[in-house]
Amino acid sequence: MPADATLAAAPSLGTSAPIQLPSPIAESRGARIALIALAVAFLGFFLLLPLVAVFVEAFRKGVEAYFESFDDPDTLSAIWLTVVVAAIAVPLNVVFGLAASWAIAKFEFKGKSFLLSLIDLPFSVSPVVSGMCYVLLFGAQGVFGPWLAKHDLQIIFALPGLVLATIFVTFPFVARELIPLMQEQGTSEEEAALSLGAGGFRTFWSVTLPNVRWALLYGVLLCNARAMGEFGAVSVVSGHLRGLTNTIPLQVEILYNDYNFVAAFAVASVLAGLGLVTLAIKSGLEWRYGDQISSAHRH
Amino acid sequence: MELKIRNLRKDYGNFPALNGVNLDIRSGELIALLGPSGSGKTTLLRAIAGLESPDGGQIFFGDNDASRQSVQHRHVGFVFQHYALFRHMKVLDNIAFGMRHGQGPKQSEAVIRKRVLELLDLVQLNGLEGRYPAQLSGGQRQRVALARALAIEPKVLLLDEPFGALDAQVRKGLRRWLRQIHEETGHTTVFVTHDQEEAMELSDRVAVLHKGDLQQVGTPDEIYDSPATPFVYAFIGDSTSLPVTITNGAATFEGAPLSVGRVDPPDGPGRIHIRPQDVTLVAAGQGVVDGRIIGLRRSGPYRRADIAVGQHAHRIEALLPPELDVSIGDQFGLAFKRYAAFADDREPPKLGLAREKQAA
Repeated sequence: MPADATLAAAPSLGTSAPIQLPSPIAESRGARIALIALAVAFLGFFLLLPLVAVFVEAFRKGVEAYFESFDDPDTLSAIWLTVVVAAIAVPLNVVFGLAASWAIAKFEFKGKSFLLSLIDLPFSVSPVVSGMCYVLLFGAQGVFGPWLAKHDLQIIFALPGLVLATIFVTFPFVARELIPLMQEQGTSEEEAALSLGAGGFRTFWSVTLPNVRWALLYGVLLCNARAMGEFGAVSVVSGHLRGLTNTIPLQVEILYNDYNFVAAFAVASVLAGLGLVTLAIKSGLEWRYGDQISSAHRH
Repeated sequence: MELKIRNLRKDYGNFPALNGVNLDIRSGELIALLGPSGSGKTTLLRAIAGLESPDGGQIFFGDNDASRQSVQHRHVGFVFQHYALFRHMKVLDNIAFGMRHGQGPKQSEAVIRKRVLELLDLVQLNGLEGRYPAQLSGGQRQRVALARALAIEPKVLLLDEPFGALDAQVRKGLRRWLRQIHEETGHTTVFVTHDQEEAMELSDRVAVLHKGDLQQVGTPDEIYDSPATPFVYAFIGDSTSLPVTITNGAATFEGAPLSVGRVDPPDGPGRIHIRPQDVTLVAAGQGVVDGRIIGLRRSGPYRRADIAVGQHAHRIEALLPPELDVSIGDQFGLAFKRYAAFADDREPPKLGLAREKQAA
């Protein structure tokens, strides 16, 4: 048999020591080490170092001083306000995001690509500009200003303004997670449910939603992280009223400008911690449910 | 349930997917909608289900006009090419979905469970009720999809290329098995396929579609033996053809009269179609036309010969017994056991696409 013939001829080759051939597609050893070192140095300098610096600065005067920073009622109210704003903005964006991605991924209609670019608008517009838009609309000199004043409604320099600005800035996060996944899943499961007699809402609730649940959680996570960390848009509509309209990022700025570095970095460490937790959960989701999130993104 | 389709139209932009289709589907029959891709067969199936809204025409379920009924109320069992099982539900919940959330009367979980297990028995998947779709093979998934469609006791069972995504072996097994299920349950069944072999083997009748037009409806024998249009002749089985001129029922080929019987189409340019197995070789001058063998190749139990006929070397294919002693360059007369004559189509049937799909 031919196989035997090959084996008989082989031993003369087998006796020599295995030769380590360089991989034909890899760079030389020196080049590899240099490139990897460069990448590590870059990431360390620009990402890791600042993160470490936040915590180092926060604990510079000891653990006690760190926790004392949170005794300030203005800081506590800033943390509380941030939670409230996120607690309103994120659920609303979940609803908007679900509705928009459902419409875009499962239906054909005129103006679909316009709606898609509209969803991406917050990514391309500077947050400060979006904050300014709300001031121009709802501020005292704004379009609806006189009407709001007459009815004793305050939007700018108050919670509603903060929520509006946050919603605007975080609008794309949920929708952007869901649209590629929903498009990839197609509509045949929904059609199957309809043909089996299920109504529209039942189909959405029992078929569409469970299929995107992990991607939705992923989107909520990113949306929440951005909602809590947003500075620009919120800064414009907030008015910086201490203890009233300051969120965590604004409070950090105020403390820093007051030369209260330990407190500034202590409060900043809360945001940084939130970021790290988000990152950990996000990686966990990607690791565990990567196939059910979306093949389209790796960000 | 008897189905009547009357003058059904559907346009996608300027492109007619269904061009006024009339079709009667008998109660309890298994009928195939056969055609190349783009022929409108899937559109027709989806229109029957109510998943596609036609631009004109009517669909009757029995005497009841279902054209304006929503898909939920039509009570059809639909089986998708790619199964469309609910991926986050176990097999049991997939099959139970229609009974739990459908339009029928509410049933107790015990009744539903019993029915699901019966259906699993019918589709020969006992014991798999706890699996997720991802844990099943393609053939098993399609059987779950069928059980799910049958669970709602549909008025009509509609299958969209049900075996299209499966490999050849599994497909053949499932084909026989679907026929069995059909005979056991007696549902009126319509299935879409581009695979003529599947359509011929499986169905009571075949409806051939081409570019949104219904070309012919008939039993597999009728479709194969007496095709109504050149498209059907060319699409079903193999055939090659000769261009002829028809005058008063007689055909001439390159100026010489062709000694075939009477040909019916109107006077003018036409084509004589012949299937390879209907061509036999006789001594030169003794057949309908003379030809020269220009190619020979083995094809299963036969040998296929390419034969050049006439001044322009029109290619006629013949299926020869392998023991016949012929070689390239031999001159023979060709006798046609059977043929079909049609007036020349202004638009000849485009077959390349359909054939390619079958080969893939």
